[in-house]
Amino acid sequence: MTNETINKNNFKKDIIIAGVGGQGIVSIASAIGYATLEAKLFFKQSEVHGMSQRGGEVQSHFRIANYPIQSDLIPIGNADLIISVEPLESLRYVNYLAPDGWIITNSVPYNNITNYPDLVQVHNEIKSFKNSILFDADSEARKIGSVKAANMVLLGAASEFLGIQFEMFENAIKTLFGRKGDKIVDMNLKALARGKEILHSNM
Amino acid sequence: MRKLPLLGDEAIAQAAIDAGITSIYAYPGTPSTEITEYVQKSKQAKEHQIIAQWTANEKTAMEAAIGVSYAGKRAMTCMKHVGLNVAADPFMNSAITGANGGLVVVSADDPSMHSSQNEQDSRYFGKFAQIPILEPHDQQEAYDMVHYAFNLSEKFQTPVLLRITTRLAHSRSGVTLKDSTAQNTLKLPDDLRRFVLLPALAKKRYKILLDNQVNFLYESLHSGFNRLIQGVDKSLGIIVSGIAFNYLMENFQHKNLPFPILKIGQYPIPNELIRNFVNEVDEVLILEEGYPLIEEQLLGFLGIGKKVHGKFDATVPRDGELNPNLVAKALKFPEVKVNPVPEFLVNRPPQLCVGCPHIDTYNALNDALSEFTQGRVMSDIGCYTLGALPPFNTINSCVDMGASITMAKGASDAGLRPVVSVIGDSTFIHSGITGLIDCVTYHTPITIVILDNETTAMTGGQKSLALGKLESIVLGTGLNPEHLHIIDPRKKFHSENVEIFKKELSYEDVSVVIARRECIVAIDQIKKELQLIAVSKNV
Repeated sequence: MTNETINKNNFKKDIIIAGVGGQGIVSIASAIGYATLEAKLFFKQSEVHGMSQRGGEVQSHFRIANYPIQSDLIPIGNADLIISVEPLESLRYVNYLAPDGWIITNSVPYNNITNYPDLVQVHNEIKSFKNSILFDADSEARKIGSVKAANMVLLGAASEFLGIQFEMFENAIKTLFGRKGDKIVDMNLKALARGKEILHSNM
Repeated sequence: MRKLPLLGDEAIAQAAIDAGITSIYAYPGTPSTEITEYVQKSKQAKEHQIIAQWTANEKTAMEAAIGVSYAGKRAMTCMKHVGLNVAADPFMNSAITGANGGLVVVSADDPSMHSSQNEQDSRYFGKFAQIPILEPHDQQEAYDMVHYAFNLSEKFQTPVLLRITTRLAHSRSGVTLKDSTAQNTLKLPDDLRRFVLLPALAKKRYKILLDNQVNFLYESLHSGFNRLIQGVDKSLGIIVSGIAFNYLMENFQHKNLPFPILKIGQYPIPNELIRNFVNEVDEVLILEEGYPLIEEQLLGFLGIGKKVHGKFDATVPRDGELNPNLVAKALKFPEVKVNPVPEFLVNRPPQLCVGCPHIDTYNALNDALSEFTQGRVMSDIGCYTLGALPPFNTINSCVDMGASITMAKGASDAGLRPVVSVIGDSTFIHSGITGLIDCVTYHTPITIVILDNETTAMTGGQKSLALGKLESIVLGTGLNPEHLHIIDPRKKFHSENVEIFKKELSYEDVSVVIARRECIVAIDQIKKELQLIAVSKNV
């Protein structure tokens, strides 16, 4: 969707960002936040703080629109996109997904519980959604420099669903990681670009 | 005009800076922590030399804020809902002394108990104290209300309570800022005995508070934070407060809203507005996050002769936070068909980080206690509360800040031996010291383990006031130094740590074991704090 069509019609994107505490959920949300600001769109973003950040399930509701947004939480059945850094966590929020919504998720489990379900079953369940993209974001990130950039690979794969120009995500990464030095910025930019490539090879 | 993307918490903080506060005091507590953190990190606050401090607990924070107000300057104190219990004594009495400089108390409630022991509604505390309460529905209104709150506080010389809930605290959106106000100059109250609550003086002050009620009500009726939105369909009128307003409006996004709405954002409840509103409609729906405060007052004992839907008739659940779907259900909207969450999905509870020092302490403590029956460990509030879960299953209580020591004392007095208290360093400063004095005074057979990770970890690594002085504080309570041990919780010291625990478990008096290793998540902040301490000692 181009900026022109966004300006004319009611445009909105409701995104659930999911994962396990410590997997970089907040960084994905922050990057989308900066890009949204540059695109001059309205947004509301609800984050998880406190106890659940310690290795528990975490989620962020990110809402973008070209009109003022009311609820801080996405109504169930309304999400256009689930971006998940962990496969099981992507399924936790499928009740939020709209009928034509997309799941974009890492395939690599974060196995910090003793009763983690059978991974094949988890993967098959994700694939049963017609609009799903499941791939190994960890190894893609590792090839680029660090597994820590898996979140930005996933954001890259999701970037074209958000109605915001790709450069705005690149600028967001520069702002977000600027303090950590050029090396970290470059790695995350590469991760973002790699995610976009993966999306195209999957579509 | 500047526009910034801010969390609800941050909007409150930025507003406090712009409203010319001199100080902000707090003890960290989800979902309120980010207010004080924002001021601490703000360049603007630094330029204006605003004091932004973590205090020992919410009571000391509230009292310091009253002191700033006494001196004629503006102060804010912030806490989570249960923190207001700790600050209740000065909070209630500040209503009697009144404010001199603007005094705003922020209490962040946690319905659904995302990170809390209960979901009490702070509006009842505001009503209890008989002071004005403000309840914003979004980030912008939170920002605007703080400016208004300081003016209101100075206009009627009263503390003001600002109440938010978790979702607003931790939701980010664009906020347009106002011009900033300069700080007040030092100006003591005209009557220098105003803050002396001797009975004879307090009686007069209380009458002033009672006389002020009519002013508070007038403000509620006219400030604009309580407002009517007209509707053509009078079969239902909706009274809605705080963030519930967002969930209501979400359900009418791009749709015509037929019902009249009364949006509540300020208390005391605007009686005339409510009366006129209710007279106009056939039935009433009340949407409020937290306890049914408005609903209870509207219904009274006898009802109003009209159907009132809300929490009492289960149109809205009594517990937990609201969301757009619960509001849709209350409006009798058809249920949306959604994807079922797969049955094989399992929960992923929070857990101690890999490499966390508490893991080694709990392993050693479990081994030391293995020869006794279970149920002997009273604990407290912090990351270490996760010791209640597998694989540790170590602890048997978590009630309120500091209760580990005093509950263990009670259990010991009742005959439970051995009995252990497990408490974090920051929690010990907050409310553990007084309990230790009780134990030392009465020679209570008890083993107190202070899990000293040198930070306030669960809320994100805020400064622990125990840092660099914990032993002297513990010994200052009169503890026998022979029964103070400092252990290093690591695998390689496991067996010697078990031996120390075992020895002290059999001691028929108070012993304190400090298990000290820094939090692996907050290690950088801790190093910075330690450097600051070293520098201040050398000066």
